[in-house]
Amino acid sequence: MSELTLTVMRLGFLAVLWLFVIVAVQVIRSDLFGTRVTQRGSRRGGDTRQQRAQQAAPPQQRQQSGGRRADRGRRGAPTKLVVSEGSLSGTTVALQGQTISLGRAHDSTIVLDDDYASSRHARIYPDRDGQWIVEDLGSTNGTYLDRTRLTAPTPIPLGAPIRIGKTVIELRK
Amino acid sequence: MSAISPMPNTTNTTISTAGPPSRRNTELALLAFAVLIPCFAYMNVGLAMDGEMPSGMLGYGIGLGLLAGVGHLVVRKFAKYADPILLPMATLLNGIGLVLIWRLDQSPRLQASKVYAPAATNQLLFSAMGIALFIAVLIVIKDHRVLQRYTYISMVVALGLLIAPMFFPAKFGARIWITIPGIGGIQPGEFAKIVLAVFFAGYLMVKRDALALASRRFMGLYLPRGRDLGPILTVWGFSILVLVFETDLGTSLLFFGMFVVMLYVATERTSWIVFGLLMSAAGAVGVASFETHVQQRVQAWLDPMGEFLKSKQGLAGHSEQSMQALWAFGSGGVFGTGWGQGHSDLIGFAANSDFILATVGEELGLAGIMAILLVYGLIVERGVRTALAARDPFGKLLATGLAGAFAIQVFVVAGGVMGLIPLTGMTMPFMAQGGSSVIANWALVAVLIKISDTARRPAPAPAPSPDAEMTQVVRP
Repeated sequence: MSELTLTVMRLGFLAVLWLFVIVAVQVIRSDLFGTRVTQRGSRRGGDTRQQRAQQAAPPQQRQQSGGRRADRGRRGAPTKLVVSEGSLSGTTVALQGQTISLGRAHDSTIVLDDDYASSRHARIYPDRDGQWIVEDLGSTNGTYLDRTRLTAPTPIPLGAPIRIGKTVIELRK
Repeated sequence: MSAISPMPNTTNTTISTAGPPSRRNTELALLAFAVLIPCFAYMNVGLAMDGEMPSGMLGYGIGLGLLAGVGHLVVRKFAKYADPILLPMATLLNGIGLVLIWRLDQSPRLQASKVYAPAATNQLLFSAMGIALFIAVLIVIKDHRVLQRYTYISMVVALGLLIAPMFFPAKFGARIWITIPGIGGIQPGEFAKIVLAVFFAGYLMVKRDALALASRRFMGLYLPRGRDLGPILTVWGFSILVLVFETDLGTSLLFFGMFVVMLYVATERTSWIVFGLLMSAAGAVGVASFETHVQQRVQAWLDPMGEFLKSKQGLAGHSEQSMQALWAFGSGGVFGTGWGQGHSDLIGFAANSDFILATVGEELGLAGIMAILLVYGLIVERGVRTALAARDPFGKLLATGLAGAFAIQVFVVAGGVMGLIPLTGMTMPFMAQGGSSVIANWALVAVLIKISDTARRPAPAPAPSPDAEMTQVVRP
């Protein structure tokens, strides 16, 4: 083998190796930007900042979410559930017509690690019109929508805090 | 959601399917890339050393491709929404490791040596067993949360795995092997790492409130109560025992480090890190003061050249390997000597196990070793990302623990070979020669893939409830 061929192969191999790393980073990058980062920490300030950011969303993004709303057949339907306070704060779950169970049980959709939560505490589900409903499942310490303790399945207004122990959950667009 | 769709920049809205994309095709493309790179390396070694294409190339390439393909199909079937990066990264490292070992097998200097045995074929067999365990974990564990039931059983199993090597004779100064007649040696510590992560995750999930909340504030640090120091003291004492009786700094550091990482993540208290660092420093210094094997390692770290000269004079108890590894890195330079053209085989019998990174450093240079370390870093990053995405505290802690253990292991081995810390008897995950290491690390990646699948999987469609049917009858 000539010296030149070996040098070309040596540098070629390094180039291919780095190309792999770069491709992998690109895949990770698309994964990172696919999720919206929610503000943690200061609650009030964080929330208003986020709402402002949502209002200032680029028109292209608004158009896309408009298209999705048309899919749903409802304007202003929430698209995600956000845990805004408690040990799980920052967690989001996309709402896709599935029932979301909340509680300490391991198989809940959102496993609450909260001393005041029961193992099957509450569930959130869409009714036939696509309105999201929260229902307390006979929990010990209760589920609160805004300030009122739930006694029956109740529709959830957008952005209203659902409080379970130290955890606060909101539905957002 | 819309941003995850393949073309986020186009203005026309693409109607996405109900769930997030599974990214399985991305994984397949990366996997094909990850199989081709080792094939290229293999060809490169053959051309550089013998001037012709290596004869076993087709079989080798097909073997690696087959293993990766089977792994991919099982992920497609049993963990559809798993992270797309983990499997290709692990395959790439395993493939490059196989080429490195095969390359060292070709060295005439090592072939002439009596203590060195060719290992490439065995390593391919171990990789196949690793993939088999990977598949078994993916199929058997339907949901990682069932592992939570086995918290205390896994503690007992992990202790058993850690204690077992004490009853077997030491190899190369460290007692980390179980020898089974007819089958060979097993390094149980590699498996204990996974089982112990399950125990720590289950235990800390239950106890973390007590450990996080009951504390006094002193000089900006939260001091835990005396009785809450119990668990960390137990794990510390145990890792010291491992250090004393098995004289293995690496395993001991790995377990204690993993516990401190998980304790910090579970409680969000910096004070645990401070305590952990102080305790491990105190333990290491204390043990090093009377354990000769550890003293030798520290001596070789502080003065590699002196050890090299003493070893060349034929004095027993000195090792020339540390200095040889540093020379290998130095002669590699920025772009390396090229595959098959280095002299890392001078290191001797440990060239393909503990010191495999020295061959990477010499033949691929700084550019190559940085790429390899980045690949390790990306695996750890995906593990931590999985922990962030997981919706249950147990899964979060387990993923963090496994990623942390992987990171500590890479740091301890790479740091040891490069002379940053004293050398320990651990293996570079996926690359170094050794069956237990490859098999256990495939299992580790399988658990991470399973957690990431659960974290990214969209919730199942709502079951038709009888109430809904009733309403339909009443309302026209």
